[in-house]
Amino acid sequence: MDAIVENNVKPVRRSKEDKKVIRKQLKASHTLLKHEGISTAPQPTKSLVVANGGLGNGVSREELSAALKQMGEVDKLIMHPNKPYAFVTYRSEESARKAHINLNGEKLQCGENSVTLYLSYVDSEGLVLVEDFVCSEEEALLLAAIDWSSTNTDVTAQKALKHRRVKHYGFEFRYDNNNVDKDKPLPAGIPQECLPVLERCVKNQHIDIMPDQLTVNQYESGQGIPPHVDTHSAFEDTIMSLSLGAKTVMEFRHPDGRLVAVGESRFLWTHGITPRKFDMVPACEPQSFGDTTPDLRTSSNLTLSKRGTRTSLTFRKIRHEPCRCAFPSACDSQGAPPAPSPPPPPSLPCCHADAALLEEHVLADVGCGNGKYLGVNPELSAVGCDRSSALVQICAERGFQAFVSDALSVPLRAASCDACISIAVIHHFSTQERRLAAVQELVRLLKPGGRALIYVWAFEQEYNKQRSKYLKDQNKELPENHNPAENSPEESQEPQGKSSVHNSSHSEDNYRTVDNNQHVTDGKLSVHTNRTAFETKDLLVPWHLKDGKKRVEGDSGEGGKKDQQKEKSKKTSRSKATLDCNPATSPGFDSNMFSDSSLDTIVATHSSKPSPGGDTSQTCSSSLKSESEIIRAPVFHRYYHVFQQGELEQLCAQQAGVTVQSSYHDQGNWCVILEKALNR
Amino acid sequence: MKLLTHNMLTSHVKGVTKGYPLLIKATEVKVTEVDFNPQFVSRMIPKLEWSALVQAADELGHRQDLPVELVPEYEKNEEFLKKVHRVLLEVEVIEGCLRCPESGREFPISRGIPNMLLNDDEV
Repeated sequence: MDAIVENNVKPVRRSKEDKKVIRKQLKASHTLLKHEGISTAPQPTKSLVVANGGLGNGVSREELSAALKQMGEVDKLIMHPNKPYAFVTYRSEESARKAHINLNGEKLQCGENSVTLYLSYVDSEGLVLVEDFVCSEEEALLLAAIDWSSTNTDVTAQKALKHRRVKHYGFEFRYDNNNVDKDKPLPAGIPQECLPVLERCVKNQHIDIMPDQLTVNQYESGQGIPPHVDTHSAFEDTIMSLSLGAKTVMEFRHPDGRLVAVGESRFLWTHGITPRKFDMVPACEPQSFGDTTPDLRTSSNLTLSKRGTRTSLTFRKIRHEPCRCAFPSACDSQGAPPAPSPPPPPSLPCCHADAALLEEHVLADVGCGNGKYLGVNPELSAVGCDRSSALVQICAERGFQAFVSDALSVPLRAASCDACISIAVIHHFSTQERRLAAVQELVRLLKPGGRALIYVWAFEQEYNKQRSKYLKDQNKELPENHNPAENSPEESQEPQGKSSVHNSSHSEDNYRTVDNNQHVTDGKLSVHTNRTAFETKDLLVPWHLKDGKKRVEGDSGEGGKKDQQKEKSKKTSRSKATLDCNPATSPGFDSNMFSDSSLDTIVATHSSKPSPGGDTSQTCSSSLKSESEIIRAPVFHRYYHVFQQGELEQLCAQQAGVTVQSSYHDQGNWCVILEKALNR
Repeated sequence: MKLLTHNMLTSHVKGVTKGYPLLIKATEVKVTEVDFNPQFVSRMIPKLEWSALVQAADELGHRQDLPVELVPEYEKNEEFLKKVHRVLLEVEVIEGCLRCPESGREFPISRGIPNMLLNDDEV
């Protein structure tokens, strides 16, 4: 932890340790960006995304541009008003490469603050950048069409908000309930001047439906917008944002439910940047620099106040049917309470309901892994426990309170917690009795009225016609180890080595139907093929080690504001666990390596060679494949019981004195929030 | 292990009925400055087992004349809150062990981490 903190303070050359931190952080950045719908490219391209180098976290265009230009000729620099990252396209790949080498992990001084930049090459998939979409004449026309003079404020519901001013056309977006009144269109529709642009968007298939609502945000010097998600019931999925000044149309499409995706990344980003972001506001007040000349002031003392006015046009289509997304607990159409105003940054990478849990004062994270949730809210007292001493050690190094214990016997006073969380833990218990005992133990820890959040891996990796990220990442061709329950914000994106190509190794003899009695009749557990649908409810999931080497990709700790930044930086506890695991000596490797708070974890190893005592036929069948010849790394197998729809609720219903407050499916996980009865 | 955590920990050895509070045998204690947040401390106090906190602080030699009984209107008493803050959040046991008051079972604390795992026969 010390190293992490220092990293943000010391401008000097980095130690090996610090570099490791950067690598980790970079990996986290990749993940976050992906959640924003941006794909990073493994190979150099001319374009880079500059994480932390965005207007959204206090970096001005001038400051960033100056740094980027030192690396070569910049073709485009795209900074969206409220994003904590920027896109740069160099004229040559060479320059991009130079920038990547020299700027990645380096600090950029911005006014009084400095930010650490992380650069990744980008393929823009999901997020479409349309360059030069609006010519300068059009831009002028559009800007002129937005009349800020105060005479027509009612017509367009013009308002001065705390950090920006807004204007609405078509329908007013109401900030009191974060919704639109669909029956009360505004007198002014979308300005005529916008129509050619919009028509062009539809024609070019950037958007598939003509918007009928426009919100114009104007940001003065250093203003911004709080992290937010768009109300589900209010708008259709496609949102198009036109940022004048950057001459760029950005289109965001989140077919997998943008609310959660954005929430996750928002959560992480804001935890990394919030203090600075908000501190920046006073910092951007025009400052007096006594003896400096005006010229010097503009060139060397650039603060946010030196930024020009930026106008952003967000076009949306009013949704007339209720939203039917896969995230009922986060969806106001499906009964979730409307987001409060201003919407708070979500505190957990899941949904608002979870965030609310963390508002409690004493939180226990049972099966805390590397402590990813322990620092989410420094205002509460969080304590974690895990079966793995190696993982608890990581928590301790990050400055969190954690101890080693089993989830079935947590050494905390009964009723001492306002809230408990159990994320990706209970699915590792191999019997119904033990799963129930784990729930019971959580409930014991809760005070009356206290709440518990439980996440388990779902049998249904495709839900409401949406495939989970776990399945979707299949097209990366290379299976990965993490599971949906943990892939949320810090999903590892680094592909596994070639060694672990196990795809399409299904064979008929491995097929088992889901056995509702949850018994494995032939005494063998099937081995799951990574990134495929589950065929059984009790199974072994291969855990691939990279090339038989230690994976030094662990936790991406990035420095900064102690408590807020710790959780920003991370990675899956599982991968981290392998840090402590030397595969060369792994036969004797114990469940301690894993964060599973369970003794049930079945850990089996086998090498690539067809092993006579191979666990299952599937193992053997995959080892017959030619790819298997190149497998060197041992593969560990972890036991999972994946939950079918309704099963988690049923399990919890067996526990007296507690009610299931809500349940939902989230990215291949079943989740419940339990509330302990008051009269207990 | 901070004393805030210690205040929640209890012995869970099978058969033990009075496993709280755990006695602290410390061989290394660290005091690290932590930003004082009076609201946080005020919110935590009602959640504490006060006597266990005082006892633990005493065992570690950091009691700072904290009273046996919680003072009334502590939320307005900044000096008092600062003392509680120190005891709860700044004093940390790095090495040592926790001892179950009933069974005598000792749980090691190493590098600040209590290992509360039980043996099979203790569950």
